[in-house]
Amino acid sequence: MRTQYAANTQARAFGRKRWSLLHVGSGVMEGAMRSDAKIRGESGTESSPRGPGCSLRHFACEQNLLSRPDGSASFLQGDTSVLAGVYGPAEVKVSKEIFNKATLEVILRPKIGLPGVAEKSRERLIRNTCEAVVLGTLHPRTSITVVLQVISDAGSLLACCLNAACMALVDAGVPMRSLFCGVTCALDSDGTLMLDPTAKQEKEARAVLTFALDSVERKLLMSTTKGLYSDAELQQCLAAAQAASQHVFRFYRESLQRRYSKS
Amino acid sequence: IGFQRKPNIWKVIFETEFIITVEPLEYYRRFLKENCRPDGRELGEFRTTTVNIGSISTADGSALVKLGNTTVICGIKAEFAAPPTDAPDKGYVVPNVDLPPLCSSRFRSGPPGEEAQVASQFIADVIENSQIIQKEDLCISPGKLAWVLYCDLICLDYDGNILDACTFALLAALKNVQLPEVTISEETALAEVNLKKKSFLNIRTHPVATSFAVFDDTLLIVDPTGEEEHLATGTLTVVMDEEGKLCCLHKPGGSGLTGAKLQDCMSRAVTRHKEVKKLMDEVVKSMKPK
Repeated sequence: MRTQYAANTQARAFGRKRWSLLHVGSGVMEGAMRSDAKIRGESGTESSPRGPGCSLRHFACEQNLLSRPDGSASFLQGDTSVLAGVYGPAEVKVSKEIFNKATLEVILRPKIGLPGVAEKSRERLIRNTCEAVVLGTLHPRTSITVVLQVISDAGSLLACCLNAACMALVDAGVPMRSLFCGVTCALDSDGTLMLDPTAKQEKEARAVLTFALDSVERKLLMSTTKGLYSDAELQQCLAAAQAASQHVFRFYRESLQRRYSKS
Repeated sequence: IGFQRKPNIWKVIFETEFIITVEPLEYYRRFLKENCRPDGRELGEFRTTTVNIGSISTADGSALVKLGNTTVICGIKAEFAAPPTDAPDKGYVVPNVDLPPLCSSRFRSGPPGEEAQVASQFIADVIENSQIIQKEDLCISPGKLAWVLYCDLICLDYDGNILDACTFALLAALKNVQLPEVTISEETALAEVNLKKKSFLNIRTHPVATSFAVFDDTLLIVDPTGEEEHLATGTLTVVMDEEGKLCCLHKPGGSGLTGAKLQDCMSRAVTRHKEVKKLMDEVVKSMKPK
């Protein structure tokens, strides 16, 4: 699976070379980054397996991989993978237009089956998070559409969707007041906290909490929870998520630095 | 020097009408500065809550909740079904929130809109997370027959804070549900329903939802009306049960909140739970002698 993502997709679309930029991050909090020339073309980093010292699974991000959308990104967290495409600012239907800001729309397609009520609920969460961050007033009477496709689900899906959406919005050049990231925490029956749980850990956990945090002040933008937990546990999870988000934001920054320093 | 101009009352009325239409946010800000709201409430005060149970005679359980102007009615029907194959000793609880065009001009007739679907998912999550009823209690015969409770929540008047009203209506209706005794006769292997012997459901926890609206990224107000929800920059709903455990922290985007602000919300949610519990107990006491 790693080589699949390491593929350097260089395509000639209407005579224009399109480089898709792959950046692979390690989940280790100490963050040792080594560039590996073996990954064809683009330099990425070796991803180390999830050891006892680190909290997040290994993640990777690939931007600008689709030719049609204005911006696209694929975010990989462990085995969970989501592909996001952003169209906008574009034409909006008169019934949906807002006179002083951009209309944001999110479409989430599950891996199998038709989208149902759970997808609608998640779309609303992602849309409201993006609305809080995107500077819609700079593009009034336009629409910005974020389309998310679940490629594989191995736990922490909503967090992965949020990360993919953020990277895709950056790739599209949509003006934002800050970046955001998604972090999932799971609490098991004896109160142990696990960050970025796998599907198995999520099923066995007593509570699963997903947070979206912004990059400027680490404030809580979005939260959705499953299961029972106490107030103190909530504060503990929030603090752990804020610490983990620092790591994700650093990865975003390096990913973008890498991209823009090349060209 | 002694001449004093009388204030032009029409000018004042015109200005107020003007600002309400053209700059509603500015109008609200003037009130929020004085720590109150246009309808006279404090920032942490709920609207008058009234609950009426058992009004629908054809349903197995029903409740009508009014939170100021917001009105939600919940009707519960119990039917038979085969238990799920992966959990043969469990029944089903199927909630559905309907926001018909009756309640507000923003909803059109047709398939459920996004707001209704999100509310339905929220109620389903609350039932699942809070373990309000043990699904095993709904099983009649493992692997063969179980109860399925269809909970239909219909909003009759939409004036903001639909989630709180729906949660309360669901809780009140579930407390009102009476299921008849069902025995499976050995000879015919068919279910025999004894309508004369009815028993209440075993409600284990009492989840109570408290909703907040965030204004200008800093101010938190409790129980927003429809107008306030429209002007708010974010919303937050906390569902708490009696031990102070949280079943759901629903914050669908909007302005960021710090941990300290969340803590204030939790304490308000605790006091709200006490208020609602008191109201529930009064209602249950009043319906006891049948």
